[in-house]
Amino acid sequence: MNTDTDNTEAVTTRTITYRQALNETLRAELEHDEKVFLIGEEIGVFEGSYKITAGLLEDFGPDRVLDAPIAEEGFVGAALGAAMLGMRPVVEIMTINFSLIAIDQIVNHAAKMRSMFAGQVSIPLVIRMPGGGGQQLAATHSQNLEVWYAHIPGLKVVAPSTPADAKALLTAAIRDDDPVIFLENLSLYSAKGEVPDGEQIAEIGKAAVVKTGIDLTIVSYSRGTTTALEVANQLEAEGLSIEVVDLRSLRPLDRDTICASVKKTGHAVVFEDDWLSYGIGAEISATIGEGVFDFLDAPVRRVAAAEVPLPYAKSLERAALPSAADLARVVREVLNLAPATATSNDK
Amino acid sequence: MAELARDTLREMQLRMLRIRAFDERASKMVKRGHIPGTVHTSIGQEAQVVGATMALGAGDYMSGNHRSHGHPIGKGSPLGPLMAELVGKATGVCKGKGGSLHLADFAVGSLGESGIVGSSIPIANGAALSSKVLNNGKVALAFFGDGAANQGVLYESMNMAGVWDLPMIFLCENNQYALSTPAHTVTSGIISERAAGFGMPGIRVEEGQDVLAVYDAVSKAVARARAGDGPTLVEVMTYRYNEHSEGLRLGTDYRNAEERDAWLKKDPIMLFRHYLASHGFSDDELDGLQATALAEVDAAVAFSDASPYPDLSVAFDDLYTDKESAA
Repeated sequence: MNTDTDNTEAVTTRTITYRQALNETLRAELEHDEKVFLIGEEIGVFEGSYKITAGLLEDFGPDRVLDAPIAEEGFVGAALGAAMLGMRPVVEIMTINFSLIAIDQIVNHAAKMRSMFAGQVSIPLVIRMPGGGGQQLAATHSQNLEVWYAHIPGLKVVAPSTPADAKALLTAAIRDDDPVIFLENLSLYSAKGEVPDGEQIAEIGKAAVVKTGIDLTIVSYSRGTTTALEVANQLEAEGLSIEVVDLRSLRPLDRDTICASVKKTGHAVVFEDDWLSYGIGAEISATIGEGVFDFLDAPVRRVAAAEVPLPYAKSLERAALPSAADLARVVREVLNLAPATATSNDK
Repeated sequence: MAELARDTLREMQLRMLRIRAFDERASKMVKRGHIPGTVHTSIGQEAQVVGATMALGAGDYMSGNHRSHGHPIGKGSPLGPLMAELVGKATGVCKGKGGSLHLADFAVGSLGESGIVGSSIPIANGAALSSKVLNNGKVALAFFGDGAANQGVLYESMNMAGVWDLPMIFLCENNQYALSTPAHTVTSGIISERAAGFGMPGIRVEEGQDVLAVYDAVSKAVARARAGDGPTLVEVMTYRYNEHSEGLRLGTDYRNAEERDAWLKKDPIMLFRHYLASHGFSDDELDGLQATALAEVDAAVAFSDASPYPDLSVAFDDLYTDKESAA
């Protein structure tokens, strides 16, 4: 079944966290296909740094849940080799920051081998990793490097913003025959949401309009979508009708859904956790400019992180990350509205 | 070492001759512009390549590096699609999308080469991991040079292979120069002795121009891996005759004539011909092997010449398993 199309049957749901949705999905996929195995640092005995793999070693054993040494290039490469021979490895990299150590295996190999070897091999590999700042983990532990991977042909990059999407996109990623980067976010793990029971498989490459509106489109993904919805609802109370597009997939990118929304609203703001220059927002903005320029009533604006390595001190960290207040301010500017009364959150 | 069947001995010499003839032709084709860019030849290293690849079973896996025409040939790949790949033809083993640096022939267990030095080692390790998990009895071998022996990922991979008892062979082709850098100037200690740090056997084949010596050492490592006793590091001492890559002009003689002459006197094909001649092979038969190899290379070039270049319509083929994702 497919969550994106037919939802006419009554589906029971439960309210669970993003973390629990990931955990239950990994469990379901380990049960579904014996070729699926998990590999990563601390995922077995310690159950993962963020407890995503809780209980899985105990129930599936060390051949299915492999505690890897601290050797990202080595174990991502090993997972890749196993994927080439029909296994379906799901790698956990503790945070996206550490994926830079494995980037040769991801970019030079996983992304290219099917094309470079003319279809002799497929790469059913999933690499899960959280990004994001806001936990005072400072510069090397708070990055949003998803654009590095979204830039690479041969990879798929998905970024769920809700527990339901975490389930449906992770299931889809594990069953996909191509390498999928599965972006999680530190600040989403404890977020709760309604999750349908039973098998749910999303279509990778489809964005979702998670709130409809007619005045302006906010495009975002992952944690950013949560903030975008918060701002949209807050502005709704002031009489503005904001549409929110949750990208869900950064590659393939659902340009049609983005353009259709902006065609309707005539205004667009991209809210992204990564740095402004050459970021996700740059690609979205270009997509809108190339696709629906004639429908725009104002330039597309981007709200992104300040271009510094994320500082440690709370005041500096908060100032560097894009906030709800920043987004609300830019939405008003795009709509030519007077600034809201300053609040303690505003900068 | 157990007596090898006559057919096996014959096949060893034939495969070495194929590699020599293939790469000598490729070298000429680069110089004439018939092959674009450059290639890295295995000329001089044939014993090391064939001794290792023939010690593997047909279903076993291997990964290669930038100097890797010999590896699929040694494992039994037909020459036509390999040559067509070097020229960039649609009939190439990778349909013209890989080139000399990225040959792969999964039909013979060649999981592909990479021009990123050292990077294919963990991939072979993953193949060995799959063999262990699937319990299918297959082993994996990673070819890498003395240059790659200084990449960290080798030691990450040796550590994992050791701790997980993977059916894995780390095969260091020590031709003593990383491009122009002499191995001894950048390499601390003896490469094979590094195995001790990972609790696995490390073997150095000093007579790496002797195909039987290499075959013997690698066969023992394969048997150990297949028995479930874990990985082995095998370092084979060898020498490449040509420049690092064809057409490269460094303007410095980093390898002196004396050294080169000493190695030429131990030419692997000549050495093994002497061995075969003293073990019941006639001169006619041995000349015939040489003629066969040359004829196969001629046929491979003819196959490539007669093949079309890729049509532009295939540009996005095989990027993803589903075509829509490439949009």
